[in-house]
Amino acid sequence: MFDLLVFAQQEAGELAEGLTAVGRGIVYGGAAIGPGIGIGLVVGNAITAMARQPEAAGMVRTTMFLGIAFTEALALFGFVLAFIISG
Amino acid sequence: MSALLGLEFPPISHVIEWPELAFKGTPFAINKATILFCVSTLLTLGFFLLAGRKAKLVPVGMQNIAESSVDFIRNGVIMQTIGPDGMRYLPFLTAMFFFIFFINIFEIVPFIQFPATSRFAVPAFLAILVWLIFNVVGVAKQGFFGYLKNSVIPPGVPKFLLPLVMLIEFVSVFLVRPFSLAVRLFANMLAGHLILVTFSVLCAALFVKQLAVVILPFSFALLVGLTGFEILVAFLQAFIFTILTAVYIGSSMHPEH
Repeated sequence: MFDLLVFAQQEAGELAEGLTAVGRGIVYGGAAIGPGIGIGLVVGNAITAMARQPEAAGMVRTTMFLGIAFTEALALFGFVLAFIISG
Repeated sequence: MSALLGLEFPPISHVIEWPELAFKGTPFAINKATILFCVSTLLTLGFFLLAGRKAKLVPVGMQNIAESSVDFIRNGVIMQTIGPDGMRYLPFLTAMFFFIFFINIFEIVPFIQFPATSRFAVPAFLAILVWLIFNVVGVAKQGFFGYLKNSVIPPGVPKFLLPLVMLIEFVSVFLVRPFSLAVRLFANMLAGHLILVTFSVLCAALFVKQLAVVILPFSFALLVGLTGFEILVAFLQAFIFTILTAVYIGSSMHPEH
């Protein structure tokens, strides 16, 4: 434990760098959870709709891409934020 | 860790920043992204000029591609989102779709392999253009105060919630819309570019290793597969950008009652 503290003091720069990298990972990982579920819901329901009414497939597909685009934006904000974070 | 794996991943700035070739140090400096931007503009212009030069009643070759793509924008984008009175935006949306597609597809063109949209300036410029257009259309169609009222007050909201809803709607319509439009294109292309760079670096690093070379075929197969996937992404992002532009213009033209 003591060794670890000494190490932390000596390698403060490296520690900060490492923690930044961990933070980036957490930011992107956290931001990807919700949109992942959301895109699954959007596409799953779109497939259900297409299977029930194949003649409406074109309209459903357009709306599905719109839904994906809006849902995906949150994950992409996380992706960009992960790059913005700097130690 | 990187010494253990024998893998030196280049920093992000080495992957997306290019040296200035001309007019160094001025705001008009030219680098690879600028050149690709201009080339994409000329490609869009040249494609439609060439396709329409000898227009025939029964289209062949290039005219065929141009006509079916215009048809795709008309039926797949405008009719689905704005309606028949949005036809006057057909040239704008078609040009925008092709411009974004060309500038994205440079991601996988050999020896160029860089989408200029992975620099934020290009999507930001396009998003500001779209922001100006849908606001101007809204003001022209509904008048300044009518447009503002229809944008920030959704129908059927209880009176006591109005201040909060108005604030949220204002931020979401006038600030989040252009920002998310730009970030969506930018982040998708940057992510695709980084993935391709990662697997290329991995392939190059595995190539010189004696024992690890057995995983090279898998890594290379994934690189090839992802390159194919990036063609889809380039097309899809151009399509999504165009259709969202159409949705925003449509919401300015036909307010919800």
